Amino acid sequence: MTSIGTGYDLSNSVFSPDGRNFQVEYAVKAVENGGTAIGIRCKDGVVLALEKLVTSKLLKPGANKRIATVDRHMGVVSAGLLPDGRHFVSRARDEAAQWRRFYKGPIPTSALANRMGSYVQAYTLYSSVRPFGVTAIVAGWDSEAELPVDGQVGAGPAVGAGGKKEGGKQGGPFLYMIEPSGLYWGYYGAATGKGRQAAKTELEKLDLGSGELTLEQGVKEAARIIYVAHEDSKDKDLEVEMTWVSALDGPTKGRHEEVPKELREEAERLAKKALEGDDDEEEGAERMQE
Amino acid sequence: MNHFPQAWGRPRDDVYGAYDASYLHDQNGPKAHTQSPIVTGTSVVAMKFKDGVVIATDNLASYGALARFTNVKRLRQFNTRAVLGFGGDVSDMQYLDRLLSSLSIRENYSAYASSADSADATEASAELNAKNLHTYLSKVMYKRRSDFNPLWNAILVAGLDGDGKPFLASADLLGSTFSAPSLATGFGAHLAQPMMRRVVPNEAAVANTTREMAEKAVRDAMKVLFYRDARSMDRYSIAIVSKEGGVEMMEDEQLEGQSWAFADRIRGYGTQVN
Repeated sequence: MTSIGTGYDLSNSVFSPDGRNFQVEYAVKAVENGGTAIGIRCKDGVVLALEKLVTSKLLKPGANKRIATVDRHMGVVSAGLLPDGRHFVSRARDEAAQWRRFYKGPIPTSALANRMGSYVQAYTLYSSVRPFGVTAIVAGWDSEAELPVDGQVGAGPAVGAGGKKEGGKQGGPFLYMIEPSGLYWGYYGAATGKGRQAAKTELEKLDLGSGELTLEQGVKEAARIIYVAHEDSKDKDLEVEMTWVSALDGPTKGRHEEVPKELREEAERLAKKALEGDDDEEEGAERMQE
Repeated sequence: MNHFPQAWGRPRDDVYGAYDASYLHDQNGPKAHTQSPIVTGTSVVAMKFKDGVVIATDNLASYGALARFTNVKRLRQFNTRAVLGFGGDVSDMQYLDRLLSSLSIRENYSAYASSADSADATEASAELNAKNLHTYLSKVMYKRRSDFNPLWNAILVAGLDGDGKPFLASADLLGSTFSAPSLATGFGAHLAQPMMRRVVPNEAAVANTTREMAEKAVRDAMKVLFYRDARSMDRYSIAIVSKEGGVEMMEDEQLEGQSWAFADRIRGYGTQVN
């Protein structure tokens, strides 16, 4: 960064002459120090996983959850400054509740990503605030079935609410990632935090675009990718937090929930085994060369 | 000619005298239109048995004496451990339904955030139980009646308490609460309650009451209510909450085995005046 020290990085809302907002770029740096967070969009649901570094033996294992639920059908995981992540979640919950008050139904994942993108972007515009020090991954399942309006008492018209294209596909799994600049895209697989490069490489190998990966496989891959991404900071203890959201006929019935303990432990066991296997192969290859 | 446009097309003051608007604004006091119900549901009946609670309402919402909506579900499931039965104003019921759904969304946030691997507290026990729900509801109802803006409902909360024991209690538009082995609101308090009390006169009797006995007593009560309550209907909903089965909700039941033989002996009102 040759432009550092030229004074254009001292205030938010000020561009440098070559068109950059340095405060936002520094916020991205803050994200790059956070524990790795990933999201995988599978054909029948979405998985979120987070590498939690154990900072103290005095912390209770499994406590202090970092993946949060928004409304009933969405989850948010973030990498970067923890309190910024908490505020992000708080705002997301407010937006979801506001949507319910207004439209009497759950907010679509795309709409939440849009609103949160706008909110985060507003923090790049004013000198009185700093940008969000988090990149957040939002996972959700929009109902594929016709949902009753909140508080509906009768059956409603037999043809449903209408306004929908005949035979079109409704709802499904969605995954978005929102960056400190307010930029957001929809993803098949998203990764952020310290181990994002390794995680992205692994995600790309999965061929998520074809929509063949099942949720259960996704959970196992997610755990493995977190362990792969953890390789560089191996000296620190690790805890994996995983949540998922599935279709109405899936294991979570359209709700965002923690992955059951047994399944998570199984996934972690397989992940460790896969890593050990890799190490053995590498060592074997080295020996061959000798 | 009166040149004020607002006077054009109206009766002339010089012919008919000044318009007497006094009847229009009876504005001595607050708005009163929220203080009476519009579209209403009739009785809710419920009784405990040894492992849970049975609760039922019919599927009718009346507009005065008119049977206006015949497919209205007045039993609302809150979670796996609590069902609410609403009598009274249907729009107030819808308001409460949305209020409770936002409550359950918020409760779900903190249940997950505080859970830990080592904690043996299961997810289910972190949920609100029927007793918690009743406490919350009764405070909402009391607050609203104290604002002179009551939610015009009589509500029965049926489910399980914190120990997994059957729980049944009522809350009404006045904010008053009551609990008993069997409860009924509205017309049911007069007609259904004595029938159910025959089965469960006290808490001790609940322990000897099976699910089948309770379900039969409640279904019988629904039948008697349909015979005698002119604001009722023969299609009804019944729910059974128990520890083993969670909530079993049946929303489109038909009253079976009706007998109207007693009807032609009725004299004194209606078409048979004497």
